[in-house]
Amino acid sequence: MELQAVLMAAGGGSRMMELTYNTHKPLLPVGNKPLIWYPLNLLERVGFEEVIIITTKDVQKMLTPDRLKLDGKMKLDVVCIQLEGEMGTADALRHVQQKIKTDVLVLSCDLITDVALHEVVDLFRAHNASMAMLMSKLHEFTETVPGQKGKKKAGEQRDFVGVDATGQRLLFMANEADLEDGLTIRKSIMCKHPSMRIRTGLLDAHLYCLKRCVVDFLVENKNISSIRGELIPYLVRKQFSKSVNLPNNKDEVEMSQKMEGQTNLEILGSCKDEELLRLTQERSCWNDHHGDMSEAYHGGKVRCYVHIMEDGVCYRVNTLAAYIEANRMVSAPKLIEDPPIHPSAVISECTQVGADSIIGASCQISDKTSIKRSTVGASSTVREKVKITNSILMNGVTVEEGCNIQGSVICSNAVIGRNADIKYCLVGSSQRIEPDGECLTQAVSCNLF
Amino acid sequence: MADADETSKQAERNTNVGDGIAVKKQDIARAKNEGKELTKDEKQRLRKEKKQQKKNKKDDKGESEHENVPLPPSQAVVQCQSQKAPSVAPSLALTPVSVCTSEKPAKSKAEQRAERRARQEADRAAKGKKGESAQQPPSGKSKAPPNELQPVVKRLPEHVQVDDPAAVRKLAKKLERQQIPVRSEYGYKVSLFSHLHQYSRKAPLTQQISIPSTVIHPYIVRLGLQYSQGIVAGSNARSIALLHAFQKVIQDYKTPPNEELSRDLVNKLKPYISYLNQCRPLSASMGNAIKYVKKEISNIPCLCKEEEAKKQLLSCIDNYIKEKITLAATTISAYAIEKISNGDVILVYGCSSLVNHILCDAFDKKRKFSVIVVDSRPRLEGREALRRLVKKGICCTYVLISAVSYILPEVSKVFLGAHALLANGYVMSRVGTSQIALVAKAYNVPVLVCCETYKFCERVQTDSFVSNELDDPDDLMVTRKGKIHLENWQDIRQLGLLNLVYDVTPPDFVDLVITDLGMIPCTSVPVVLRVKNVDQ
Repeated sequence: MELQAVLMAAGGGSRMMELTYNTHKPLLPVGNKPLIWYPLNLLERVGFEEVIIITTKDVQKMLTPDRLKLDGKMKLDVVCIQLEGEMGTADALRHVQQKIKTDVLVLSCDLITDVALHEVVDLFRAHNASMAMLMSKLHEFTETVPGQKGKKKAGEQRDFVGVDATGQRLLFMANEADLEDGLTIRKSIMCKHPSMRIRTGLLDAHLYCLKRCVVDFLVENKNISSIRGELIPYLVRKQFSKSVNLPNNKDEVEMSQKMEGQTNLEILGSCKDEELLRLTQERSCWNDHHGDMSEAYHGGKVRCYVHIMEDGVCYRVNTLAAYIEANRMVSAPKLIEDPPIHPSAVISECTQVGADSIIGASCQISDKTSIKRSTVGASSTVREKVKITNSILMNGVTVEEGCNIQGSVICSNAVIGRNADIKYCLVGSSQRIEPDGECLTQAVSCNLF
Repeated sequence: MADADETSKQAERNTNVGDGIAVKKQDIARAKNEGKELTKDEKQRLRKEKKQQKKNKKDDKGESEHENVPLPPSQAVVQCQSQKAPSVAPSLALTPVSVCTSEKPAKSKAEQRAERRARQEADRAAKGKKGESAQQPPSGKSKAPPNELQPVVKRLPEHVQVDDPAAVRKLAKKLERQQIPVRSEYGYKVSLFSHLHQYSRKAPLTQQISIPSTVIHPYIVRLGLQYSQGIVAGSNARSIALLHAFQKVIQDYKTPPNEELSRDLVNKLKPYISYLNQCRPLSASMGNAIKYVKKEISNIPCLCKEEEAKKQLLSCIDNYIKEKITLAATTISAYAIEKISNGDVILVYGCSSLVNHILCDAFDKKRKFSVIVVDSRPRLEGREALRRLVKKGICCTYVLISAVSYILPEVSKVFLGAHALLANGYVMSRVGTSQIALVAKAYNVPVLVCCETYKFCERVQTDSFVSNELDDPDDLMVTRKGKIHLENWQDIRQLGLLNLVYDVTPPDFVDLVITDLGMIPCTSVPVVLRVKNVDQ
């Protein structure tokens, strides 16, 4: 077996608590499919037959195949973890270490993308890399975010990503928050890669191919708790650290390293069949760089690669703005093969449903309503003379007559009273808007926190 | 018993001179094909049947066919007809036969003759496009001595028949059976080379296979990717990588129940080899390595336990690498050092692992020489050779191939590496090698080719058109001052980009071949091949 997929679905969605306080993040409906359906669909399309899903107990109950609407026969191996302490992604990976027998493909449940996965995996395979990841150009969110007054909050701290001239080798990665004194780049990196492009407008898709020895390394080093926050920057730095000259007596070095309390990644990474690999590399007339006297890859054993998607869909649904944007995007036919209007929805004659709207199963849309650029969840009821524009209605929502909903997010089982006027609001789960109410740019939810 | 049959047949043959050339050749063919297994009665019966068949076919063709067409093809034509086994008839010389056998026998002889002549003219005109491929194999086959009882008609390899839709369909069917995706052709092909595959590096075969690959072993997928991206390049490197991957496959192999390892493992390897062939056409050295591995697997005794068998196979592969590649390199280097004297100026072309090894060894043995590295686009492999030699401490000069006639007066010897050595003494190597050999000959500079014996190949080729490899034409695009020239070459209908990989050098330009068996002239290659076959 070549690769095992591990899907991280235990995150709490801490940046969109308004949505996730009632519905867990992996089950948030996007285009009337649970969020976790998108990465699972990606894996299935590409040919994976088994996935290990790491999630919480509550979500596990809901992860049955028919609920997930998966057509294929992909086997889901769900592993539960407790959420008492903050368990990072690396801790979760350590938790399932027993099941991992080959290289892993780690992805996050909030990734919606149509990337050609072979591009990332080919980099991993061809260069025998320790890590290969996916990044995409950051799209600016243009939709107004409901529930947020005034200007948008200051953007999150940027990521500085340095790639080499080919655009594939990852040389440098740091978050703005860690760079207090400015960006420093080690001279050894500049000597080896004199041409480096530093990009800031990139979104990390949280899709990583990791070698088996990296997982073993994680097991040994228990102080690493987050893949994105700690492991990846460590690997990127490790590419250029002074390599330990493996002496003839490997055992000696291993012992001395263990005494220091940290096992060296390179010793774990050295395979037994390195002799033949070295022989091949010696005889091959290929080099990844030209102009200096070193051999391919500068003799480094740890290599990190990145595939940067210039076009295509790639979203990480971890904020409200991203959630809304994703709902718009998935109505584009690339990701979902189902028709936008579910066949079991009952839509009356005089309604106008725009081409870019998605209507869920068993919906009832009454006369004289107009639905534009919106998503209506399953089992929702929309009465007469309602105007819904640019909005997202989750499952089981009831909208009485005469309402006007614009640019809002209505969570599941909410009831909007008649003639209500809702603009850029976020109505929480099971909330009730009074008839003739007017909500403008506010979040209506019960105060649970 | 069999010999008596032979002699009796011979006598019969000699008495039947009057029957015409056709029958004589028929007998020769029959003698070859039927062999010793059939009894006398069966042979007579078959002979009668064939005579009948021949008579029917002769009515269609008539005698003039044999007079018009030159002798060797007609011989081949007759042989192929009289063969029992159905032969795939893709070659040009055979098409007249197949066409005319499908015609009704009712046409008059004169009409048939006229038609045939017209067809032959058309075929001769089209011959330039198809190259010598069609004519050569039949003529090569028919010249085989009559006392060798082997099937003579060989199929044309599919990789030189890309413009024949029947062959392409056959290949597609075969790949489908093995569950390997077909790689699609890319770009406009120059008409002289339209019979070869041309792929794009940006469309790797991994697009079409599932990501945790189940049909193909992951190591083979990785290897195929490395071949197509050019990460593993060079005849020796490719062979070593291939054998390494085979070792991994054998290690992970588990004999299914009711199967024998010796038979099943060979069948397991076939789709992998097809896959690698799709990623990049196999080299001659890889072909020989595969033959060796298959032979070793089939020679495993049936009673052998799986673990033992696997261990034996792994050690066989290790030995092969050690003997044929590593030790051969040491031996060749020892021979070559005798030819390097102090004060020499040695010219090398591209990056040959063996030649680099020789030069580094000679430098270690304190010979004083300097090297001129000749390089050519688009691969620019000479840069890598330059780096390795300079790192060692050797004095080097670097030129492009366009300057080779300028620097040759200063050169005392030329060392060339080879991709394969063909059975007629031609050297198949990186494109540009024959150029250098030609210019060196003109300047009377000795040309020495270094090649291990495992690269010796039984193929025969006299030109670089018939069987070659077309690399990605986009490699020829170059970026200067931010502008990519030839960016939209596909839009220009009349423009074709050609990126050849190999060419063949005639033996007249090569003065010496240094192999691990010694220093031999180019024409001794068939002798070595024969000795090797006897040994094995």
